[in-house]
Amino acid sequence: MRADGTFIAVEVEDAAAGDTELARRLAEACPVDIFLASDSGVALVDGNLDECVLCRLCLDAAGARGAGSPVKIIKLYDDGALLD
Amino acid sequence: MRFFEFEAREVVRRAGIPVTDYGFTTDPAEAKAIAERIGGPTVIKSQVLTGGRMKAGGVKFADTPGEAEAHAAEILELEINGHMPRGVLVDPRAEVEQEYYAGVVWDGTRKQPVMIFSPVGGIDIEQVAEEQPDKVGRRHFSNILPLSDFQAKEVIASTGVTGSDLNRLVPIVLRLARLFVENDMVLAEINPLGRLADGSFVALDAHMDIENEARGRHKKLLADLGVGEEETRQAREATPFELAGEEVDAQDHRGVAGNVTEFDGDLGLVIGAGGGSLTLFDAVRAHGGRPANYCEIGGNPSVAKACGLAKLVLSKPGVDKIAVMMSIVSNTRVDIVARGVIKACLELGLDPAEKIAIFRIPGAWEEEGFKILERYGVDYADRSVSLNEAARRAVEKIQGAPAR
Ligand code: SF4
Repeated sequence: MRADGTFIAVEVEDAAAGDTELARRLAEACPVDIFLASDSGVALVDGNLDECVLCRLCLDAAGARGAGSPVKIIKLYDDGALLD
Repeated sequence: MRFFEFEAREVVRRAGIPVTDYGFTTDPAEAKAIAERIGGPTVIKSQVLTGGRMKAGGVKFADTPGEAEAHAAEILELEINGHMPRGVLVDPRAEVEQEYYAGVVWDGTRKQPVMIFSPVGGIDIEQVAEEQPDKVGRRHFSNILPLSDFQAKEVIASTGVTGSDLNRLVPIVLRLARLFVENDMVLAEINPLGRLADGSFVALDAHMDIENEARGRHKKLLADLGVGEEETRQAREATPFELAGEEVDAQDHRGVAGNVTEFDGDLGLVIGAGGGSLTLFDAVRAHGGRPANYCEIGGNPSVAKACGLAKLVLSKPGVDKIAVMMSIVSNTRVDIVARGVIKACLELGLDPAEKIAIFRIPGAWEEEGFKILERYGVDYADRSVSLNEAARRAVEKIQGAPAR
């Protein structure tokens, strides 16, 4: 699952997107409400993507940073560089 | 926040400065009763927060209570410079031997109050200062240390006033200075201050302006005067553009992106940071630029708020470009503001590289911010470029810009 804003894109690996526990942790961690937790797992709030403050709390909640993380924060203005 | 004359007179009276036996009313019949109580010729004065009321017919003289009633009825219906009166002040027509001026104003450059006195009152003090500079005495004083008699005495005596006049004026000027400090005012003026035939002095008119941010410290005074919390007392009504700015700022709790004031220029400003707005606004004007607005952005607003403010400014008729400038920021992120203003351009179908004359916000997260600006080709400056130079560059760009 991936959603693109103007500056930031967020990707959650399909295998992790249905994990309701991960969804809960992401929703709790993100200070700008980019993640929503539902019965079916993670949902992304398109309108908040560009509010991402690059704080990495979601990566820590997902337990890994960089390419190995099930959650990826992509800086579209920086040639798609990953937040790690 | 400005006070009406009837309120300012009450503040003066409470400070122990003699005032005439005036009355305030919104009812012509009551004006008549006040005139009867006064028992002689009266002056009926419109209570409006604007100048030029004499010229507009908002001040009339009455010889009888019946005349006072008729004048009050007329004045209460009279709009002056777009303002309807709050009421009328019925004042005895005092037999004045000489009119003086006493005032205290806040000197924003020195960051101190300045006491001003002149034996030439009843006209604008600026006019006296220009035509008879030796008749204007002034001195700054501390708003922290206690005031002493000699400070007021020095100012009054410097204008040539001596003897019993000097002795009677000292406590008046001193009380005025004290009430200025105690009430967090930016202006406290008695003009004219009349000397009556018996040598006593009386305040015949007063103008006062309290620091807006200090209103919370003077709730009792404001309540006593009947000033409602919702009364902003601005010099004019907010324009739709300014109201839209308030809406942008109110959209979420994060930071500030608003406090917009409308001007009629072609350079939109998205400016802020610790006094930076005022400095930048002045710098733009000093370089011959014509700002389309004043505003304040800071405290780390959301991207949506920065975007909303920039969109508002960009959409203002007559705006060709915007200049996004702040002092060095620590609690506002450069990248967040950059995202906001670029997004505003994109959502309006405008090219950020063309519409943003300059982006000069150095500080927190500037590396990330500069990456965003480079990506969209926006001309930006780091901290090696002063606010003044950034303003100059913005003005230069817009003056070379083709008209829309
Ligand atoms: S980096 Fe921070 S702000 Fe961005 S999505 Fe993750 S938790 Fe939210």
